[in-house]
Amino acid sequence: MEHLNKTYPGGKVAVEDFNLEIEKGEFVCFIGTSGSGKTTTMRMINRMLSQTSGTIKLNGEDISKMDPVKLRRQIGYVIQNIGLMPHMTIRDNITLVPRLLKWPQDKMDERAKEMIKLVELPEDYLDRYPSQLSGGQQQRIGVVRALAADQDLVLMDEPFGALDPITREALQDLVKDLQERLGKTFVFVTHDMDEALKLSTRIVIMDGGEIMQVDTPDGILRHPANEFVENLIGKDRLIQARPSITTVGQVMLKDPIATTPGKSLTDALRLMHDKRVDSLLVTDEAGILKGVIGIEDVDYNFNSATSVSDIMKKDLFYVQSNSLIRDTVERILKRGLKNIPVVDDNHRLVGIVTRATLVDIVYDALWGDEEADEETNNIHHGEDEDADSASAKGGEA
Amino acid sequence: MMSFLQTYGAQLLVKTWQHLYISAFALLLGVIVAVPIGVLLTRANGTVANVVMSIASMLQTIPAMALLALMIPFFGIGKIPAIVALFIYSLLPILRNTYLGMKDVEPALIDAAKGMGMTSGQSIIKVEVPMAAPVIMSGIRLSATYVIAWAALASYIGAGGLGDFIFNGLNLYRTDLILGGSIPVIILALVVDWLLGKLEAAVTPRTTQA
Repeated sequence: MEHLNKTYPGGKVAVEDFNLEIEKGEFVCFIGTSGSGKTTTMRMINRMLSQTSGTIKLNGEDISKMDPVKLRRQIGYVIQNIGLMPHMTIRDNITLVPRLLKWPQDKMDERAKEMIKLVELPEDYLDRYPSQLSGGQQQRIGVVRALAADQDLVLMDEPFGALDPITREALQDLVKDLQERLGKTFVFVTHDMDEALKLSTRIVIMDGGEIMQVDTPDGILRHPANEFVENLIGKDRLIQARPSITTVGQVMLKDPIATTPGKSLTDALRLMHDKRVDSLLVTDEAGILKGVIGIEDVDYNFNSATSVSDIMKKDLFYVQSNSLIRDTVERILKRGLKNIPVVDDNHRLVGIVTRATLVDIVYDALWGDEEADEETNNIHHGEDEDADSASAKGGEA
Repeated sequence: MMSFLQTYGAQLLVKTWQHLYISAFALLLGVIVAVPIGVLLTRANGTVANVVMSIASMLQTIPAMALLALMIPFFGIGKIPAIVALFIYSLLPILRNTYLGMKDVEPALIDAAKGMGMTSGQSIIKVEVPMAAPVIMSGIRLSATYVIAWAALASYIGAGGLGDFIFNGLNLYRTDLILGGSIPVIILALVVDWLLGKLEAAVTPRTTQA
């Protein structure tokens, strides 16, 4: 889509200079408030509306030069009101587009069976009428109706807006699964950020007919382009979304046990004993990380060396406090290290990640969903009271 | 009553047949003309629709006797002017119901039909007319009742039908002839309405399994 504009008679601008390239197999969500132009843009793709200026190309072909009827038959279309034909059976509804394309009867029958299996409904539903199905079941049929003629591109206009949350979630899973399995391209209009974050490979945020931001769900959560995007995402969701964007600094243990290079080995050993640890991080007076000493080093060199600086290991593995857990955790696990010092931008020691912290992270990543509510509560208390509990909140999934 | 039937029985059958024939012809023409116009009006803009509806309403207000009389200069006397006049009367209810019935079809269905690649014609034939069928049929029923009642007047311009009995009765001051003409008209209207009611049920699209 290039420089797409849509102006309604009377000068109301619905879409302004919209540029977007959608790759095959993508799941693109258009999201925005009412009147942001998201539906208008979508409806221009199958020429339900025509653009005032600009071009839309489908597989390199300018759609304004195509027969709109033929164009629509190769693009799936799902609308919020479901739009199943009440006077046609489910079978006839599913095979509506194939029938328009004059497929042979046996191929249509076969396709109808295939499609109803795809949405996990029993085959005898094919002979029912839409009014005999629940809203969620009807929209399942609405979804496969848009796939029945092997359409490569499917447009969906707030298809699950009218459904209850549980049904909606089931249908979202279904659509996501279909998209991944069948490799179709989806353009999905919604005003529900959760839905967009869950389904899309890319999100297009629109306001007042203009694109505010186009990015992956992660990218949008991590770097909202402006205040509008932030508000649309919502503060709550930014916190909830933290697991994927949790930094090391958020989960590390603060106040690690550290000593300075000038200290004697006796002092170091005493400190280890007092704090019940088997190794010490070494920093200079400014708190810059210099190295590490372990109990083995102290034991082996106790008679030959005098100060910490003589025996400390300088080449140690450390991580930045603002790096992402997701990016870091694998590196930590691979190296099999017990403790990893955490430094800030100025290389000052600010914390430590222990094996126990990693356990928390992995634990939350695997089972965090089930305990999300509980965990969220813990964090709100934990943050104020006790810095050490930081490890316990290891990334509420 | 038996004596009435003995005397006029054969004549009654002929007149009833004429009556039915005139009415059916007029109604059929009405359907053939008004339904397509009503459908097309949904594709035209609002002003055109309003103008056409106003014209149809105006035709409806012409007194029946006057309209029948007006037909004579154009078509002479007999069945044809009667059929034409009754046809004009049948237009409005059918036209209005067709237009409103089509307009009432859920926009989401029309949007879905178009979005899936139906041509405008396919959408009308496969979606809109079936959905509007009950409303269109009730317009036809209403027209049928009007046309059968007014066909009695057509005897005045020599079209025949049960009106002959009624006018003879009036002229001769014979109550039995008046009743002998009007009761069959009533029965005819009721029977036709009942039959069209059956038809209406038949064309109402099924939305549930049998």
